[in-house]
Amino acid sequence: MQYILLIYLLIAFGIFIVPGWFKKHVGVMLALVQAAFFVFFYSKISEVANGNSISTMLYWIPQLGLNLEFSLTGLSLAFALLITGIGALVFLYASAYMKGYEGTDKFYFYLFLFGGAMLGLVLSGNLIQLFIFWELTSFLSFLLISFFHKKEEPRKAAFQSLFVTAFGGLLLLSGIVLLGSVVGSYSVADWFVGSEMIKSSGLYLPGLILILAGAFTKSAQFPFHFWLPGAMQAPTPVSAYLHSATMVKAGVFLLALLSPVLGGTTEWTYIITLVGVITMFLGAYFSITQTDLKAILAYTTISALGILVLLIGIDTKLSIKAAMLFLFVHAFYKAALFMVAGLIDKKTGTKELAKLGGLYRFMPITFVISVLALLSMAGLPPMLGFLGKELIYEAKVQSPGIASLVLILGVGGNTLMVAVSMYFMFKVFLGKQGAYPKIPNEKGWFFLLGPAVLALLSLLFGLSPAALGNSIVQPALSTIRKEMIDVELKLWHGFNDVFLLSLLTVFLGMGIFIIALTKKQFLIKWRRINSQFFTIKFTDLFVQFLGGFLNFSARNTKRVQHGYHRFYILTVILFSSAFLWFQVYVTRNWVLDSHFTLTPFYISGLVAIIVCSTIYATISQSRISTIIGMGVTGYGISLIYLYYSAVDLAITQILVETLIVVMFVLVLQRLPRFAILSSRLTRVRDFIIALSFGSVMAILALKALHVEFNHPVSDLMVNNSFLYAHGKNVVNVILVDFRALDTLGEVTVLVIAAMGVFVLLKTKKA
Amino acid sequence: MNSIILQLAAKYVRFLLIFFAFVALLRGHNYPGGGFIGGLLATLAIVYYSYAFDWRSVQKKLFMKPQGYVAVGLLMILLSFSPSLIQDETLMKGIWVSIPFGLLGQLKLGTPLLFDLGVFMTVIGVTLLFFFTLTKRR
Amino acid sequence: MEILLVILVGVLYTAGVYMVLRRSILKFIIGIIFMSNATNLLVFLASGIVAGKPAFVDETVQNASKIADPLPQALVLTAVVIGFGLVVFALALKLKFFETTGTDDLDQLKKTDN
Repeated sequence: MQYILLIYLLIAFGIFIVPGWFKKHVGVMLALVQAAFFVFFYSKISEVANGNSISTMLYWIPQLGLNLEFSLTGLSLAFALLITGIGALVFLYASAYMKGYEGTDKFYFYLFLFGGAMLGLVLSGNLIQLFIFWELTSFLSFLLISFFHKKEEPRKAAFQSLFVTAFGGLLLLSGIVLLGSVVGSYSVADWFVGSEMIKSSGLYLPGLILILAGAFTKSAQFPFHFWLPGAMQAPTPVSAYLHSATMVKAGVFLLALLSPVLGGTTEWTYIITLVGVITMFLGAYFSITQTDLKAILAYTTISALGILVLLIGIDTKLSIKAAMLFLFVHAFYKAALFMVAGLIDKKTGTKELAKLGGLYRFMPITFVISVLALLSMAGLPPMLGFLGKELIYEAKVQSPGIASLVLILGVGGNTLMVAVSMYFMFKVFLGKQGAYPKIPNEKGWFFLLGPAVLALLSLLFGLSPAALGNSIVQPALSTIRKEMIDVELKLWHGFNDVFLLSLLTVFLGMGIFIIALTKKQFLIKWRRINSQFFTIKFTDLFVQFLGGFLNFSARNTKRVQHGYHRFYILTVILFSSAFLWFQVYVTRNWVLDSHFTLTPFYISGLVAIIVCSTIYATISQSRISTIIGMGVTGYGISLIYLYYSAVDLAITQILVETLIVVMFVLVLQRLPRFAILSSRLTRVRDFIIALSFGSVMAILALKALHVEFNHPVSDLMVNNSFLYAHGKNVVNVILVDFRALDTLGEVTVLVIAAMGVFVLLKTKKA
Repeated sequence: MNSIILQLAAKYVRFLLIFFAFVALLRGHNYPGGGFIGGLLATLAIVYYSYAFDWRSVQKKLFMKPQGYVAVGLLMILLSFSPSLIQDETLMKGIWVSIPFGLLGQLKLGTPLLFDLGVFMTVIGVTLLFFFTLTKRR
Repeated sequence: MEILLVILVGVLYTAGVYMVLRRSILKFIIGIIFMSNATNLLVFLASGIVAGKPAFVDETVQNASKIADPLPQALVLTAVVIGFGLVVFALALKLKFFETTGTDDLDQLKKTDN
């Protein structure tokens, strides 16, 4: 299976190098590739039908429990079929849609990789690996949403979506690591086995919340839903793909994947159900007041995602069955509708609802397709959507716990969906001819092929649901529930309370729709109420939060990085001397065992000279005397080296000191005199700090004298110097033979310093 | 500086200093000295000479730019690694050969000597570069 | 004798830190020189000092306990040369800074531009 992903990667890069003729048809080619993978996955259905899975494992960093595990289960197969199948149609559509845009190569590259990353996500058998693909989809969706990066809005929307989803991804990662520490593994299979262990662990709730936060941000659940409507700034093929089969479905996939591990507890049920039902209702509620074609669809997606999450949260056999079915229902109608919306936008030049109308005269085929898709969205027979909705109601009626709330909000949401579907259909296709900028036509059958196939599939599966149920939904269900479940899907369930609920929904929906259509003021008033009630816009909140955060960081950075060089040094010195003094205090019981002597007297005299010259150099106001003082200090130290058996060191120090003094004299000619820049108080302060540091360093040196030294390294060098390195001067042998690598490093430092000096002073005066 | 005494002294002292630098370099393996000390001494000779005369005439007598010395030095260091590589030994392992010189005894040559020579040249180049860039600027 | 040398290390550090905290860049560089001298001396002292027994060996003398420890000497030698490179680079920087801004005051160096 890893080869599939590899092929994806190779083909994606291949897009850039194909010759000219292929370039024109690259969309179709990629569609064919996706279709081929679709066929491949389709052929695997029988193999995974009974809850089996096909897995491969590659060792990556086994020490950390990081392996590349790929497993094709019923669940991932269902998603893989959606990704490749809808992917093929989307690429076909894109090949028509993207004609005439700049940078289509990049577009196809991103989109194809995006499909590959999504495929990698659903095939992952290791959660860390899943996380990597998860973030990859976030990142690629950022590139796709900002495809028209010359405009400001796509850039903003892309940033927002990246921020929200990548943030969620990080939460997800911490959740995975947290719960992984309980099980001791990141493999999904191990998690299944350790499910009870996780649930009884104290880390269960925090881990669950983190993982859910990851899933909710990705799947645009309340209160993270706001990035999804912004994402419609992407080119329409991207929206179609993003909303139907990929990206937002990743969160649903994760919930479905982990529901056997983490599910079955009250926390799981209540959190997910509540978030799902609120999202569902809000999405539907806001969608009806939108004026932009794609915005309406985006909000209905939020609503649909809410339904999916809700169903997984209810966590009964029936609800999971409903969720899997609705996954397909939604993917079919949403991809179709987005493609239709893009087509209308393209042909008429507008996607404002107010300017559209009467399109059925110009676009009859599109009209038919849309009617089918919208019927499915409204959940009306004989479409697949009807089945989905019936199952959902059935699941909700049986839902444990907060059934009544779920049911009321559910019916409310569905009612609004019916209204939205009807409204969409009438406003766009029926009624008076709108004032669109261009007179539309239906040329370009690639535009229509995708939505047509999807709409027809909705119809066909609605009429004979067993085809979908037995082949795809049933294996997926067995994966999630870990048991065999018979999937019986029928169009007609008979008269029961579920059917009555459906009837109620339809009537209420029609009612709202008719009111909206006949009374023009109705929707306008509704919008006004909305804007009064919901004054807090999540997007604004996000912007404010981000701006505040940036301000906060900037302020604090300025405080820490004030630009005064000497205060940086002051801080460093103060802290280090404080720590050193603390250490001195800790080890205060230490006894000094050397005696203070002044013999030999010439060394004592030398030290006295050095001390005097150092002090003189420090307090002198004349530059030349400072440098002379410094030179005397250096020469004096070299004499100390000489006395204490370090001959080479002493010679080097003398030569270096000479060169430094010469250089200072050279430079000094072109520099100003010292000026007294600091006040007396500052100088006293600095002196106290310097004295504190100097004395603590002296104590450190005193202690270092009595550290028992371990000699073997030096002994080895001394003993081998003449025998093996043929040198009597051990220091030199160390420099050029034993530790030649250090010397090489030192020479490199010198050369770099020389280059630095050369470049600094060779450039023209500014 | 136009001091006749200094100029006259510099003319001869520089040979002495440079000779001394080479001695320090070559005997460094057995007695005090070595690449760094030799290199610094040679630089001092050149700096001394240039104090007596001017920088331009010094530069003409140097055969090549300081950067050239750096390059040659680094190349020598690199070259000193190659014998150990060819013999498939650990990198930088010292390899020695003995050349009999009749009455003078045996001359021992090894890669550490070449390495030291490389350091010598590099140090000369680097310090000269320091000086030239610091003084040439007006 | 070590105690006197230890006091010298302390004096050198004090002078170095005091100079490093000055606003004039030239003083700052001299402070760096003092501090590097102090550090070299500290490392040298810490390895244990022996008078009059330099680290030379031949066919007869190969006993490590009789001579000064050569390893710290080599280490400090490297440090001395690197310190030299550092000081020259700092000088060049200072020269350039003075040419660009016409001042010796480090407090003028607050911005990266102009």
